[in-house]
Amino acid sequence: MLTDTPRKLTIIRDGSDKVFRGVIRAGGSVVLIIMVLVGSFLGYRAAQALNMAGWSFFTEQAWEPDAGKFGIAAVIVGTILIATVAIIVALPLSLGTALFITEYAPRQLRSFLVSIVDLMAAIPSVVFGLWGFFFLQQAIVPVSRWISQYFGWIPGLGVTGVDPTDPLATTTVYTSSTFIAGIVVGIMVTPIVTSIMREVFSQTPVGEREGALALGATRWAMIRNVVLPFGQGGIIGGTMLGLGRALGETIAVYMIISPVFVIQPNILQNGASSVAALIALRYGESTEMGLSALMAAGLALFTMTLIVNFGASIVVARSRSGAAS
Amino acid sequence: MATTTKAPVSTNALVGVSRKKRPSAKVTTIHPRGEFVGVEPKRTLGGIRIGDLLSILGAAVAAFALTIVLATQVAPITGGIAFFVVWYLTFVGLYALLVSIDDTKTFVMDRLIAVLVTSVAVLLFSVLIFVIVFVIGRGAEALPYLTFYTEDMGLAGPLDPLSVGGVAHAIAGSLIQIAIALAITIPLGIAAAVYLNEIPGRFSRFVRTIVEAMTALPSIVAGLFIFATAILMFGLPKSGLAASLAISVMMLPIMIRSADVVLRLVPQTLKEASIGLGASQWKTVWNVVLPTSRSGLTTSIILATARGIGETSPVLLTSGFTAELNVNPLESPMISLPLAIFQFVKSPEPTMIARGFGTAAVLMLLVLALFVIARIIGGMTPEKSARARIRRAEFFGWFAKTARTLTSIARRRTLNAKEPS
Repeated sequence: MLTDTPRKLTIIRDGSDKVFRGVIRAGGSVVLIIMVLVGSFLGYRAAQALNMAGWSFFTEQAWEPDAGKFGIAAVIVGTILIATVAIIVALPLSLGTALFITEYAPRQLRSFLVSIVDLMAAIPSVVFGLWGFFFLQQAIVPVSRWISQYFGWIPGLGVTGVDPTDPLATTTVYTSSTFIAGIVVGIMVTPIVTSIMREVFSQTPVGEREGALALGATRWAMIRNVVLPFGQGGIIGGTMLGLGRALGETIAVYMIISPVFVIQPNILQNGASSVAALIALRYGESTEMGLSALMAAGLALFTMTLIVNFGASIVVARSRSGAAS
Repeated sequence: MATTTKAPVSTNALVGVSRKKRPSAKVTTIHPRGEFVGVEPKRTLGGIRIGDLLSILGAAVAAFALTIVLATQVAPITGGIAFFVVWYLTFVGLYALLVSIDDTKTFVMDRLIAVLVTSVAVLLFSVLIFVIVFVIGRGAEALPYLTFYTEDMGLAGPLDPLSVGGVAHAIAGSLIQIAIALAITIPLGIAAAVYLNEIPGRFSRFVRTIVEAMTALPSIVAGLFIFATAILMFGLPKSGLAASLAISVMMLPIMIRSADVVLRLVPQTLKEASIGLGASQWKTVWNVVLPTSRSGLTTSIILATARGIGETSPVLLTSGFTAELNVNPLESPMISLPLAIFQFVKSPEPTMIARGFGTAAVLMLLVLALFVIARIIGGMTPEKSARARIRRAEFFGWFAKTARTLTSIARRRTLNAKEPS
């Protein structure tokens, strides 16, 4: 009996195909080259500064590259503090809004709200910066004072140099703080986080939802037992992507904070710092060494956002979200 | 079918409405086969019940009254924010109390969460709308002047009134910079995205990983890169071109990533059908893949554009500041809208600040316009656009037919008119 042996398939490509493949391959390669160039140039220039500063780059708080005394201890801590405040603001807001859009909003309103959220994600950050600087700066002072008055004993929420119980004390100590910058950045990243969470929540299998409801679950019980476990990956991933955006945010932070180059653990107090704002502040007056130092700071920031983003994509990919049951 | 089972409890749970004590809750009527039961009335599953509405309103009013009592008699509550917070907490507490009078703990929880989720959403939307209204409101002073859109700031000093000078230079700068950036990113980005999908392999996986990593690049670092290479190393002046390059570096990964996702959604069967009919890969991409994903690709381009046009930090380092209109991207500084905002509000003069807010309103309008275009195009499926094409063809067909009829009538008329003579 004759058996059919696997045949070798040869692909004969005509001229246009060869050109086409060549062109798109070139496109992909050019993109790769640009991206690798950015990364390696950053690394190369940063290495000069890192060589000079050594390990003190991670422990030094001051930023005087021309005197050979510079480090990112203060700015990195500042960046992380601002991003933390931002996420504390953004997480409940976006979780609630995403749930509202997918579960509670009237059906006719849903697609409209989705458009609004997506549109808000496209609002330029400088607009939020304007709002933060001209409105929130003043409006938040009583809140800051109240928090420092009653919760000042918690480390990080105290304010030095002013007695919070004294009603006549100066209020300038509460402006330009990590807290305000964090709130602005938080509101800025909320639409993006909301949009990711909503996307994942809306993919919850209808069968499981209806199963829970048919078993007599209330709406909240259904959400807690079906939607939230299903959307867990989306919640974590979306939050991490928002965190990545918050870490790299420049202009809104730059407009609000008054930069300091010491570690400022009191988030309610005047004076904050962030890597991106440092670059925006110092790029102009930089010497060769100063620029390398800024590159090193930029590289540190990039490494952080990179880890956060990759973490987010791994979490989203591993979770059940997106897979139908 | 004559068998009906009434199970009001489950329907109530289905829509989250609840009443513990319902007289019919325990009654299940099973009608014998063949017996006429009449038309079963349609039950409403959703909607708002008057009782729920009343308990929410009641709790709100009671909380308001209680807060006033607290504020005036018990403890001083100063400021609107504090008053609102106290009112809200009292409201939630009272509402829980009201619901718990005739519902179980499970339902109280359900109601409380519904109220919390709704108020969080209302809070977010009102904050976002407030941000926009605030910015437009502060800029409203500058917006009515026609000169705001037609003049630059070359001859206008910080003390000049709003009727002198405008942001034409920034609008032109933004449009030129984004045009150059798009001229770079669209061909490169789409080619790279097609490459990732059409030639899979180890290398394209590597490219995809790198592109994904680059979406994490903070925009200020992209600006710093162009500043250090193009401007300091290659001696390019601070100019529109340098700014466009910085925006391109920032936009490219964003665009490739979303275009990649869109291209991946093209059904494999469509591609296979095309190849099965003997089309080459190039023909398949050109005639099947790209047309199918056209609306998605356009959306991804427009959304990347919206990001690029609003980003301040890469431009801050690369474009330089100017108060005059400059349409040459190759030399001398060229300001863009976000940078102009940043520059205006640095000034302590109220008119300059008003200009800054006005510029922000213009920028938001631009982003909104891009977004609306993206929505319209993005909402267009191949099916819909084909239908639109058919409608157009039908319309033109009708038009041509009518025209033919009209001309033939006219010709007949002229013939008729000629005949008697």
